[in-house]
Amino acid sequence: MNHLYSRRGWSVLAACTFVAALLPLLHLALPAGHPLHVSGYAMGLVGKFMCYALAALALDLVWGYTGILSLGHGLFFALGAYAHGMYLMRAIGRDGSYGSVLPDFMVFLDWKGYPWYWAFTDHFWYCMLLVVLVPGLIAFVFGWFAFRSRIKGVYFSIITQALTYACMLLFFRNDTGFGGNNGFTDFKRILDFPITAPGTRTALYLATLALLVGALLLCRWIVRSKLGRVLQGVRDAESRLMFIGYDPLAFKLFVWTLSAVLCAIAGALYVPQVGIINPSEMSPANSIEMVVWVAIGGRGTLAGPIIGAFAVNGLKSWFTAAFPDLWLFALGLLFILVTLFMRKGILGTLPLLARLRPAARAGAKVEVKEEAA
Amino acid sequence: MSLDMSVKPEGVDTRHGAILYLDDVTVSFDGFRALNKLTLDISVGELRCIIGPNGAGKTTMMDVITGKTRPTAGQAWFGQSHDLARMTEYEIAHAGIGRKFQRPTVFEQHTVFENLELAMKMDKRVLPTLFARLTSEQQDRIDAILRLIRLHGQEDRLAGLLSHGQKQWLEIGMLLMQEPQLILLDEPVAGMSDAETARTAELLNELRGKHSIMVVEHDMGFVAEIAQRGKVTVLHEGAVLAEGRMDEVQAHERVIEVYLGR
Repeated sequence: MNHLYSRRGWSVLAACTFVAALLPLLHLALPAGHPLHVSGYAMGLVGKFMCYALAALALDLVWGYTGILSLGHGLFFALGAYAHGMYLMRAIGRDGSYGSVLPDFMVFLDWKGYPWYWAFTDHFWYCMLLVVLVPGLIAFVFGWFAFRSRIKGVYFSIITQALTYACMLLFFRNDTGFGGNNGFTDFKRILDFPITAPGTRTALYLATLALLVGALLLCRWIVRSKLGRVLQGVRDAESRLMFIGYDPLAFKLFVWTLSAVLCAIAGALYVPQVGIINPSEMSPANSIEMVVWVAIGGRGTLAGPIIGAFAVNGLKSWFTAAFPDLWLFALGLLFILVTLFMRKGILGTLPLLARLRPAARAGAKVEVKEEAA
Repeated sequence: MSLDMSVKPEGVDTRHGAILYLDDVTVSFDGFRALNKLTLDISVGELRCIIGPNGAGKTTMMDVITGKTRPTAGQAWFGQSHDLARMTEYEIAHAGIGRKFQRPTVFEQHTVFENLELAMKMDKRVLPTLFARLTSEQQDRIDAILRLIRLHGQEDRLAGLLSHGQKQWLEIGMLLMQEPQLILLDEPVAGMSDAETARTAELLNELRGKHSIMVVEHDMGFVAEIAQRGKVTVLHEGAVLAEGRMDEVQAHERVIEVYLGR
C-alpha cells in the first residue's frame, strides 16, 4: 500500500542512511579545501534536521495514523531537551562565568543549592531516564483525562495548544528553576568529551541518525501490525471499533504516550547539537510548524514527515537568510498550497505523478489503483 | 465487577431461557421520554423483529443494550449475570452482543479481509493486539464468513469501494466474526435493492437458531419474510404496543391506528 514497504522503499531507505552516515566521514577525513569536504556547519544542520524529522515521525503516528491532531508536541520535544539539558548544565562544573558548581542562572538568582528536582541530574543515564519518563508520564496523565472524557478533534487540538503555552509561561519564570527565558546554554562537555569537538559532534550526529532510523523501523512495525490497523480504525470509525470490543482509550493512550516519548528523544538529541534550549521551543508556533512538516511530507506515510521536516527546514534555512522577515508568510502560503493542491503531501502525490506520466504519454486510460507492493 | 466479565465472554448465564431482559427501562432526554417503562425479553436462539413508527424508541433501545445510553430508570440484563447498565460499550461487545448500525459502518480505509480480521473474537487488549498473528484456523474462519456474506474473491478490496449492500453484509460478517450470543440489526435492508434485500433475508434465515437475533426494521415485506411464525414486537412512544405473530400484530387494532393514523 505504501512504497515505504516495497523493495524499492527499502533500497531508498538504505541509500539515504548510507549517505547520511557518510557525511561525518567527509567532514573528518577530508581537508577543508577539498571539494567533497562537508563543513561542521552543514553536518550540524543535517543533525538538527534529523531531530526535527524524528519529532515529525512521532507526530505522524498520532495524527496520520490515529487521527489525533496534536498542536502541542513541541512541549514533549522541549521537555526531552530540558531533561538532557539538566545533565549538560551539571557537566559544566566550575567552568561557568561565576566559577560556582551551580549553573550561572542559579548564582545570579542567589540560590545556595540545587532545588530537589535537580537531584542526581549530574548522572548522564539518570537524565536519559528523565528524558523518557517525564514527558511519557505527562503525556499519559494528560491523555488519560482527555481521552477518558472523549475529547476529540479540534477540541483536543486546542487543549494541547493551551498545554504547551501554559508550560511555556511556567518555564519563562525564573523561580521554576530552569533558567527562565534564557534556558540552558553554554554547555562545555558531554560524558567528559568537549561538546564542540568534531569527534563529539560526529558521535552525536551518528547517534541521532541511528535513533531516527531505529524509530522509523519501530513505527513501521507498529503501523503494519494489527495494532496499527486498530489505530487507523480509531481514526476512521471509532464507534465501530468500540462495538467490536476494542477499548479506544487504551489504544489512544498507548500511541499518544509512545509518540510523546519519541518526540522527547528528538529534543534530547537536539539540545547538545544546537547548544541551547529555552522556553520559546514550547511556543505554540513551534508545535504548529511540526504539523506543517507532516502535512507537507504526507501524513500517514512515516517516510513523508521525515522528507517534510527536511524540505521545510532546508527552505527555512535559506529563506531566513535571504528574506528574514518573510519566512512565516512563506510557511503559511506553503501550508495553504499543500492543503489545497497536494492533500496527501509530497509522498502521497509522487506515486500519482509517476503513474500519470507514462500513461499520458501512451495516451492510455489512467487507472488509479493502490500499489500492491 | 464488569472487568472480570470481559475476560470471560463465554460466561453468559442463560439458565432461565432469556438472553436479553429489559425491565421497566426508561430513558429521558430533558424530560422527553424516548423509552417509557419498556419491558421486553428475548429467548435464547430467538429471531425477534421489532417494528414501530419513527420516534418509537427503537434506536434508543439498541443504545441502551449496547451501553451507548444509560437508562434513567429500570434494568437491562444480558443473561442472568451481565448488568448492561454498568458496562462500557467494549465490555458489552466482549460479553457477546454485536450491533449493526442503521448506516453501514465499516473501516473504509481497510480491506474487506482486514475488516473481518479486526472484528474477530480474540484478546483485544493493546499488547496482544500488537503481537497478534493470524493462525490458519482463523484464516479459515474469515474465509468461511467471506463465503457466507458473498464477498469471497473481494477480500483485498478496500471496504470503502464496496456497494451499499455489500457494506451492510460486510458489517454483518464483522458481527459474526465476534461470535456473539446476541446480534442486534438496525434496519439491515435500508437502502438495499430488492435482490439485495432477498439475499439478506436468506442470510438471516441461515443464521436463525445459531444466534439470538433482534432485528429492527421498517420494511414490512422483509419482516414478514424473516419473522415467519416467530414473535414480532411493535413499539410505540417508547413502550411495547403489541406483541405476537406477524399476522396477529397486523390485525391488531391499535397497531393499525398508530401506523395509519387516526
